[in-house]
Amino acid sequence: MTDLTTTYLGLTLKNPLVASASPLSKKVDSVKLMEDAGVSAVVMYSLFEEQITHESNALDYFLNRGTESYAEALTYFPEMESYNVGPDSYVELISKIKESVDIPIIGSLNGVSTGGWIEYAKKIEQAGADALELNIYYIPTDVKMLSKELEDAQVELVANVKQQLNIPLAVKLSPYYTALPAFAKRLCNAGVNGLVLFNRFYQPDIDTETLEVEPTLVLSDSYDLRLPLRWVAILYGKVKADLALTSGVHNEKDVLKAMMAGANVVEITSEFLARGIGRTGEILQGLEEWMLEYEYDSITQMRGSMSHKSVAEPAAFERANYMKALQSYDNKVV
Amino acid sequence: MPKIITIDANEAVARVAYKLNEVIAIYPITPSSGMGEFSDAWSAQELKNIWGTVPLVAEMQAEGGAAGAVHGALQTGSLTTTFTASQGLLLMVPNMFKIAGELTPTVFHVSARSIATHALSIFGDHSDVMAVRTTGFGLLGSRSVQEAHDFALISTAASLKSRIPFVHFFDGFRTSHEVNKISELTEDDMLAMIDYDTIAAHRNRALNPERPVLRGTAQNPDVFFQARETVNQYYTDCPAIVQDAMDKFAKLTGREYHLFDYFGAPDAERVVVVMGSGAETVEETTKYLLSKGEKIGVITVHLYRPFSVEHLMKALPATVKSIAVLDRTKEPGAVGEPLLQDVVSSLFEGKELGLAPFSQIPAVIGGRYGLSSKEFTPAMVKAIFDELNKEHPKNHFTIGINDDLTHTSLEFDPSFSIVKPNTTRCVFFGLGADGTVGANKNSIKIIGEETEFGAQGYFVYDSKKSGSITISHLRFGPGEMRAPYLIGTGEANFVACHQFNFLEKIDMLKYAENGAVFLLNSAFSHTEVWDQIPVEVQKQIISKNLKFYVIDAHDVAEKTGMGNRINTIMQTCFFAISGVLPREEAIAEIKKSIQKTYGKRGEAVVERNFEAVDHTLAELYEVKYPLTATSTISIQPGISSMAPEFVRDVLGQMVIFDGDNVPVSAMPHDGTFPTATSQWEKRNIALEIPVWDPEVCIQCGKCVFVCPHAVIRMKVYDSQLLANAPATFKSTAAKFKGVVGDTYTLQVAPEDCTACGLCVEVCPAKNKSQAGLKAINMAPQPPIRESERDNWNFFLTIPDIERAEIETNTVKNSQLLRPLFEFSGACAGCGETPYVKLLSQLFGDRTIVANATGCSSIYGANLPTTPWAVNSKGRGPAWSNSLFEDNAEFGLGMRLTVDRQTEFAKELLQSLSDQIGADLVTEILSADQTTDAVIDAQRERVAGLKQKLAAMSDPKAQHLLSVADFLVKKTVWIVGGDGWAYDIGYGGLDHVLASGRDINVLVLDTEVYSNTGGQASKATPRAAVAKFAANGKGLPKKDLGMIAMAYGYIYVAKIAMGANDAQTLKAFKEAEAFDGPSLIIAYSHCIAHGIDMQKGLEQQKLAVQSGVWPIYRYNPNFIAEGKNPLIIDCKDPSIPVQDYAYNETRYRMLLQSDEVRAEKLMNDARNDVSKRWELYKQMAKIEYKATNGDAE
Repeated sequence: MTDLTTTYLGLTLKNPLVASASPLSKKVDSVKLMEDAGVSAVVMYSLFEEQITHESNALDYFLNRGTESYAEALTYFPEMESYNVGPDSYVELISKIKESVDIPIIGSLNGVSTGGWIEYAKKIEQAGADALELNIYYIPTDVKMLSKELEDAQVELVANVKQQLNIPLAVKLSPYYTALPAFAKRLCNAGVNGLVLFNRFYQPDIDTETLEVEPTLVLSDSYDLRLPLRWVAILYGKVKADLALTSGVHNEKDVLKAMMAGANVVEITSEFLARGIGRTGEILQGLEEWMLEYEYDSITQMRGSMSHKSVAEPAAFERANYMKALQSYDNKVV
Repeated sequence: MPKIITIDANEAVARVAYKLNEVIAIYPITPSSGMGEFSDAWSAQELKNIWGTVPLVAEMQAEGGAAGAVHGALQTGSLTTTFTASQGLLLMVPNMFKIAGELTPTVFHVSARSIATHALSIFGDHSDVMAVRTTGFGLLGSRSVQEAHDFALISTAASLKSRIPFVHFFDGFRTSHEVNKISELTEDDMLAMIDYDTIAAHRNRALNPERPVLRGTAQNPDVFFQARETVNQYYTDCPAIVQDAMDKFAKLTGREYHLFDYFGAPDAERVVVVMGSGAETVEETTKYLLSKGEKIGVITVHLYRPFSVEHLMKALPATVKSIAVLDRTKEPGAVGEPLLQDVVSSLFEGKELGLAPFSQIPAVIGGRYGLSSKEFTPAMVKAIFDELNKEHPKNHFTIGINDDLTHTSLEFDPSFSIVKPNTTRCVFFGLGADGTVGANKNSIKIIGEETEFGAQGYFVYDSKKSGSITISHLRFGPGEMRAPYLIGTGEANFVACHQFNFLEKIDMLKYAENGAVFLLNSAFSHTEVWDQIPVEVQKQIISKNLKFYVIDAHDVAEKTGMGNRINTIMQTCFFAISGVLPREEAIAEIKKSIQKTYGKRGEAVVERNFEAVDHTLAELYEVKYPLTATSTISIQPGISSMAPEFVRDVLGQMVIFDGDNVPVSAMPHDGTFPTATSQWEKRNIALEIPVWDPEVCIQCGKCVFVCPHAVIRMKVYDSQLLANAPATFKSTAAKFKGVVGDTYTLQVAPEDCTACGLCVEVCPAKNKSQAGLKAINMAPQPPIRESERDNWNFFLTIPDIERAEIETNTVKNSQLLRPLFEFSGACAGCGETPYVKLLSQLFGDRTIVANATGCSSIYGANLPTTPWAVNSKGRGPAWSNSLFEDNAEFGLGMRLTVDRQTEFAKELLQSLSDQIGADLVTEILSADQTTDAVIDAQRERVAGLKQKLAAMSDPKAQHLLSVADFLVKKTVWIVGGDGWAYDIGYGGLDHVLASGRDINVLVLDTEVYSNTGGQASKATPRAAVAKFAANGKGLPKKDLGMIAMAYGYIYVAKIAMGANDAQTLKAFKEAEAFDGPSLIIAYSHCIAHGIDMQKGLEQQKLAVQSGVWPIYRYNPNFIAEGKNPLIIDCKDPSIPVQDYAYNETRYRMLLQSDEVRAEKLMNDARNDVSKRWELYKQMAKIEYKATNGDAE
């Protein structure tokens, strides 16, 4: 019997396939469907403090706009009893999902203010989330902001949140750190239980006809696996946090690669959005068949087997890899 | 202990009416809409009445419909009510006669308002109530917020008991909108007042198939009269029943009322009789004058119908020698106004019956006061009492105006004041958008509910919807605040100016008393500000020894994320300076109020406001000023000195908030005003204006096309005209074909712009080196105000293009036509006015406009000035508004005149052919008038004709001279909003469209009643939230276009300027050219959609792309040619409905308040879109056969 179980953030999961933050977790029914399909845990879509603040301010602006200006129209909208502009609906959804499914549910949060991070993190915990994934998405545009300042702030923030929580904490990172291992280590020292590699951002594009910048989100493909795969392989065994690989996981081979590099779990979105949640069963079946064919007993057995520290040529994950690839390309051209 | 609340009378009445009824039929009309809005919102929240059930609130299509629904609900046994005012009450009259004739208990709560006569007025008087005094309804008037609350209950109890239906009325705005501190009635009070047996009796009389009866027969001369007399006893008994209810009420609450309440000296010789809020003014003044030893008194009439002679006699003191009866209405041609006549009759009858306390009938005079909320002050009351002292007092007098025409007015001393030294009186000048009024309402609530003080707030708004000025009048202090009039000259001990530039526009310190506080929001610091304020302001600060404070509230707002909302900042200053509460306590209360007001909108909003409060006091400074006024700045006149005399002297006085002092002789007698007057009112409300970059501009004209305020214009002209151009005047080579002139200029009117930004948004040309810039870009107005003013004035000297010389089939060319609708006071970025402006450009010089009441009649004709304008030849749209409900018929009447008089002119022309000359007659009669060029030629012929006619003495020639203008083509446009077209005016619109006459209808469809604050109409789409549809509208939008298309002979176009401007232009031209009825339904984005108005055109595009608003043209002319008349001008829906809808607060707020319902309704809305789209597509595919006679 092939053992697909894994552990992540102290949770024992029946397999390494975790649904990552996506619109699929916006409804109880679709989370239930994911559970039925075999997903071992679900990361909720992200609660964005900035969005909450924006929605709140926008609502206030538009409800105020034009009011008390003209005698016949002192307001333009009826007064509603309440609005779900805070984190409450998100928190309620977690509670409802927890009542409906047995698999672990991991909250996801992107904050702006320290107060917001902590307040919302605690609410997510109180709602029954099994763990929390912090999405510290930040694009620095200020030329005066030094990388150290940014990293210090992020570590401090994570430490503050961790102190307030009893549930495990993961941090979803961007790939754009000068010295990722060192930063990962600092996060671990701050108490982080897991690192999620990497966040997939909306990337701006330029429309040459309209001269507008268009934010776009392109679904990943298996090629995108390469970037997180390298860093999982490098970090495995060097930091005490669990590792989740996300971006580019589309089939059983991708899962196997992630496990071999050292990931505890993979987080999948694009494949589910493109081809449906039913892919879970197919991937798990493929995974199992491969492991049977190649006589692997368990996921644990293969985890980290191809990590930076486990392979014969660690340099393959380092700069040499780049040079080798270039040389090979040059040879072809010549 | 009763709960003390601080609310306005609309809410005070609704709180009772909602609790006492099962069915509520509503329709919006100012100033009563608030009562319906509260009821609808409470029903949506499933708030129960005192019998534990949720009242059913139904919005009707008109007040007539509401009355009909009330009648039906009453007939079947429901406890039923409605709310209305003014024309609304008039529309209810037929049903009121029926309801009363059938002895059916109900109460109509009416915020009494002027009836439209020479003009519409939304403000308060008793002309509506007096117009229904013959219906058989009881009329019970309350004079304050507390009384309105109490009488809502008393009238209901009395109606149920007496079976006489009641109108319970209170003064529109003065009471309906006054915020005052009242004692709230409890449910126990209400249960105790309403006798269950009277409810049971009402239900037992109801129509019920289990015990059927017939009601509503037709009766004949033999018995109708007798039957009509059967009700007499009910009316005889009614006054005592009302008094019983009042007595019972007094036992419950301690508040004592009588049918006629007398206040004054027991031995009073002079008595005023008055009804409504004015009675409070008379009573307070009487109190003051009694202390001076005067023997006077006042009778407040509460129960006006049935009028009880007996009770009036009991109320009058035996010593009375003379009486002045005050009517807040006018009955032209009558012996006297209604209350006067009732009182006079009563005196005689009372004496005759031996009921009178006096031996000799007192002398009686009558007077009119307070029409349309005209101020009625203690000074006026004193003048009336003084008049009664005269040997020959003036009868049929007026008070409060200067009638220098027929000399009816009494003079009064404006300086007479009865202010109490221990009250605080504050006047705040704010901008509508800055939140001043909202903050002041909160302040009054805080003072009213957190202190022992009485508290009163009243708010005055100006006539514009953009950049409007608000004036808040707040009073508080020991005892009740019974002063239903504004704080007067020299009476305020606190004056606040929330917008610095108001100092140049309004003499606000005239309100300040000596030693008062003046608080100014100023970007200049306390050390700099003195030299920046007008000299007139400096002089008053010095002479009145004012304590002068400044705060840079905009800076605090900016730093704390409040944007332009300076409300809580200025409120904090007010509390800090006024000292009404200890500072810490005041701040705590402000924060509590912020939490209460904004809490449900999210923590971020609350935090932001808290932060603003916390950062305020450190920025508040007292200004130390010199004792000499040295400023070089002066208060500016409201109207340019270049304006015509009437505009400058009369309209100008209104502009500077001094219209109260316009004498009767200065006013037109029949409501007729000149057009083209908005050009003289330079409002300077834009902080930023668009600036043109000729290098980037592609001269497409889109910015000119969409500008809602006609402030951005373009001209093509000969470069020689630039000889005297100002140095900063911009021009470039023209890129136009077939247009005379080599030079092009795009010019902005800097002092008329509202900074809406629609022009920048629509501009398709981007700077190739800096894509963030376009051919027009917003820039701060003040630094370029003067230079651009010069440029604008120079631009106006460049001749307009001759419309006959260009083809106007393209957007670009059409925008060379001069707009004859300019600088309206519509909301910044209004979605309606670009269509109205286009109409004026294309056809304005030969158009008569019938305009339904609503936004378009308000921004079109709310005094002081009008945007309807004239061209260089003095021609322009002739405009009129009749009512809300009859606009289509009104327009048809205009068409009938055009048709009849054109025909008459042709007949006369033919009969005078020999004298005029056969050639000219033939040319005129056979003239083609399908283009501007040939119409111009016809104008010349008719001008020649008129010259000839003027010299002829034949009476026929004189007739022809008076109708000859009709020989030049005239166009009738019927313009209105969706409330008119889909609801109240629909029956008439349908008939007029069906008439086949050559009329053009423009429906400015904002999908709500925008002018009255966003109530749902049948044009409101499914899933959108609106007032009266607080749960989101559950049914789809009515398809007016489809209904019109069903006739087969009506031109119909559905348009959205932001989606396809060329289609919009084409639709207008086709509609006008179509020889028959035409209907254009125009998507008009609106502030009531809750959108960023700058994105209004983008939303129009999304509406079309999503299929929510398919644009099309249906031209019946094609049918005869064997073509399908329906042309769909947009592609298949390409984006989901929600991608359009959820950009708008009206949809989004349902998602935020009830996600489950929002998703259901959105799903239904998607189905609506797809079903309608399939239907339209199929209709557009139907094959037609030619019907020109050859087809089989």
